[in-house]
Amino acid sequence: MNVGLVGLAVVMGAVTYPWRAVPLLAPGIERLPPPVLAYLRLVGPAILAALAATNTFITTDTSGTASFHVGIEWLAVGLCIAIVAWRRNLFLGLIVAVVVAAVARQAGLA
Amino acid sequence: MTATGGQPTGPETGTAAGLPLPEARRRLAFDIAGIVVSSGAFGVVFGLAAQKAGYSLVETIAMSTIVFAGASQFAAVGLVVAATPWPAIVLVTGLLNSRHALYSAALAPWLRGVSWRERAAMAHVLTDEAFALTINHFSRLGRADPTGYWIAAIGSTFIPWNVATILGFLLGGAVVSPQSIGIDVVFPAAMAGLAVGLITGRRALVAAAVAVVVSVVVAIAWDPRAAAVVGGLVGPLVGLAVPGPAEPIETPETLAAHPESAGHDAGVGVAP
Repeated sequence: MNVGLVGLAVVMGAVTYPWRAVPLLAPGIERLPPPVLAYLRLVGPAILAALAATNTFITTDTSGTASFHVGIEWLAVGLCIAIVAWRRNLFLGLIVAVVVAAVARQAGLA
Repeated sequence: MTATGGQPTGPETGTAAGLPLPEARRRLAFDIAGIVVSSGAFGVVFGLAAQKAGYSLVETIAMSTIVFAGASQFAAVGLVVAATPWPAIVLVTGLLNSRHALYSAALAPWLRGVSWRERAAMAHVLTDEAFALTINHFSRLGRADPTGYWIAAIGSTFIPWNVATILGFLLGGAVVSPQSIGIDVVFPAAMAGLAVGLITGRRALVAAAVAVVVSVVVAIAWDPRAAAVVGGLVGPLVGLAVPGPAEPIETPETLAAHPESAGHDAGVGVAP
């Protein structure tokens, strides 16, 4: 069995781990000034919203070129947001999003 | 898991501040249930893609356990097929995964009472999903919950992703495309829904809205791989510039001084 790419996995893991660990392990994190803590508090909603947006509004072709995308994903994600805001229920929101996307595609609407 | 150190994250037996621990963990479990579907589906697709690219089962498992970062694993498959030199693959991996530094920095104030060794272990399983679930869980609870972190990180992603990777490799062509059954929308919908749970005031709303606009513009005009990172950096800067009362920052010290302020957004959970 070929194991040559295990070495690549180790190196890829080695460059990934510091991104995950350094801020978490850095000494003095408890002495950060309040504005920095306030900034970090806003990172959560900002980056989650950015991840949602790029996975909803953007498509990338095989050459890596990104373009703006309009599709059923807009409606599916929008409904999930509405349900979470209204019912405070992510699980229900995800079910609705999946059903809407699947039905629309099966029906040839998307 | 227990917190150790000078500023403990609090006993894990419930708290007067924020939601009680059992209720917060119940909501966390509901949140995890949705994420598991997404992690599992894309883990299967990764296993299949790796098998088609000529990876062995051991190599595929190594990628999912050691790297444990979906986007860079998928990118590596394409680059390996294209015979790209390893240094270039490693560089792409580093760039793609740089966003994890933001997650780590945002969680650091919450987890400062946790032992260094445990934080070092926590870092390995810090993913988009683990961050999203954990930051919501801590906000609802009004304090850190290290056990909740492990439940979220391992239960929502690490186990499903790795089990699904093996299944995808072994099942091969029997795998159904996530797009055909709508599962591809789970990830963006989950990230959006969890972001909604964190929006507790004007600053957070502006930070999220700006991040959306900036990330889309960056993706189209520059590089989609950098979009979430740039959006996640710029959004909070603009959010901080919004006039109005500062949102409370829940730290062990502020909670000790003003326990009534904790869990101010506890009613904005994302589970029933």
